[in-house]
Amino acid sequence: MIDSSDINQARRDLLIGGALSATAAALPPMASAQGPETGQAPAATPAPVTARVALRVNGQRYELDLDTRTTLLDMLREHLRLTGTKKGCDQGQCGACTVIVDGRRINACLSLAVMHEGAEVTTIEGLGTPGKLHPMQAAFVKHDGYQCGYCTPGQICSAVAALDEIRRGIPSHASADLREKPLLSPAELRERMSGNICRCGAYSNIIEAITEVAGTGGAA
Amino acid sequence: MKAFTYQRARTPADAAAAAAQHPGARFIAGGTNLLDLMKLEIETPPHLVDVNGLGLDRIEPTQDGGLRVGALVRNTDLAADARVRRDYAVLSRALLAGASAQLRNKATTAGNLLQRTRCPYFYDTNQPCNKRKPGSGCAAIGGINRSLAVIGASDACIATHPSDMAVAMRALDAVVETVRADGATRSIPIAEFHTLPGDTPNIENGLAAGELITAVTLPRPIGGTHIYHKVRDRASYAFALVSVGAILQKDGTGRVAFGGVAPRPWRVEAAEAALAQGAKAAAALAFAGAKPTEQNKFKLVLAERTLAAAIAEARA
Repeated sequence: MIDSSDINQARRDLLIGGALSATAAALPPMASAQGPETGQAPAATPAPVTARVALRVNGQRYELDLDTRTTLLDMLREHLRLTGTKKGCDQGQCGACTVIVDGRRINACLSLAVMHEGAEVTTIEGLGTPGKLHPMQAAFVKHDGYQCGYCTPGQICSAVAALDEIRRGIPSHASADLREKPLLSPAELRERMSGNICRCGAYSNIIEAITEVAGTGGAA
Repeated sequence: MKAFTYQRARTPADAAAAAAQHPGARFIAGGTNLLDLMKLEIETPPHLVDVNGLGLDRIEPTQDGGLRVGALVRNTDLAADARVRRDYAVLSRALLAGASAQLRNKATTAGNLLQRTRCPYFYDTNQPCNKRKPGSGCAAIGGINRSLAVIGASDACIATHPSDMAVAMRALDAVVETVRADGATRSIPIAEFHTLPGDTPNIENGLAAGELITAVTLPRPIGGTHIYHKVRDRASYAFALVSVGAILQKDGTGRVAFGGVAPRPWRVEAAEAALAQGAKAAAALAFAGAKPTEQNKFKLVLAERTLAAAIAEARA
């Protein structure tokens, strides 16, 4: 298990430092602000409720004791330090947190980590590496399927799973006939990728990248 | 998010009993709506009962030729089921018109029925909202209400039910099956499942505390042309301004339910009797007594035209 205390410590120091520099001139010393003249002890913060979850991420097994409130996204980023998966809206609207769980793409922000006992999670780090890119990663590079890159890990995980959904014959809103095999048309791909927002507007290049991978059958 | 305790239930009866033992507990399945609301502290359950391990994830034929859809069947799997695509296409179409692929992979059949309104004032905890905080008032009625209900609402609440799936289920006369903590089961016709707001918009259905949905049953197929037309501000991944779920027969008869217009899927059987006379006559009956606001009265015109498009498509 990864010990995350050092990263948390660094953040805490940063926050304290920032708070002091902003407020030192305006406020009396901390002791008097919380002193006996208020007649009240500060409200005690109850210890967080924790639960244990065991799961696999990118082929590696983890067993974690987590605050029950921890989302799958925060588990990946804050506890496993897999920061490739991004937090955009944190409410299931932007798709930046898209990961593949048991073969299906989901929004990691709208799922509790403790609900994934026994799950197999694949993040952008598990799809490919800088030295050995997944075909979808290579295609995004080749077709310039991004500008700032923040949505890109979610776009790529989503695109890989979208092609798998087409292969499995899952229809979409853009499918003209529900009972025919879905097409690999731009209209189909745009509809299937509508859960991934790109604020830079790289959509046309993203569709070109996915189309190329679909054509070569290299999405596996 | 408020802290909560968490447990994984093993059987439906266990889940119902666990929820009954913890006042304010909620079941969690896909979590795509509940967690969103918990982050905003609109929902603050002290205890979550995870029902994902209950095995209610199958679609099975019923004795009378219909389908029994387990409560945990994901929206993706229900939409893609070959029998649903063949015999209940309005349901496949409605599901595929909703949310995004990521959300449909998680969202469940039962959870979809229980999702809360997307009224912006329900989500904004700085605003009064009788659904979120009974007795606090309704900021939507005098506010920005273009997306909200034109019929079935009350002076206390004009929120709409956001589900597309439920609109198709209503047209199909689906039946909701439940179990309670004492093991008692019951079947609730979808027409009676969602309640109208009246003075208590915080109550959205007739489920008892701890009562768990186990399945939704679809009656035997009735044939016809199945259509789901959804009109929204974006081409994809947006809630309906107006939707029409229709099953239309060659002789001009049919069934029609509307979404995006009311606190529950809106179906008026008397309006269906007028379908052969065209969309204008049917819509007039379906929306008799409507009380639109200045901002959302366009929905009445839009609903009629969307129905006309569905009828034209069925005849083509």
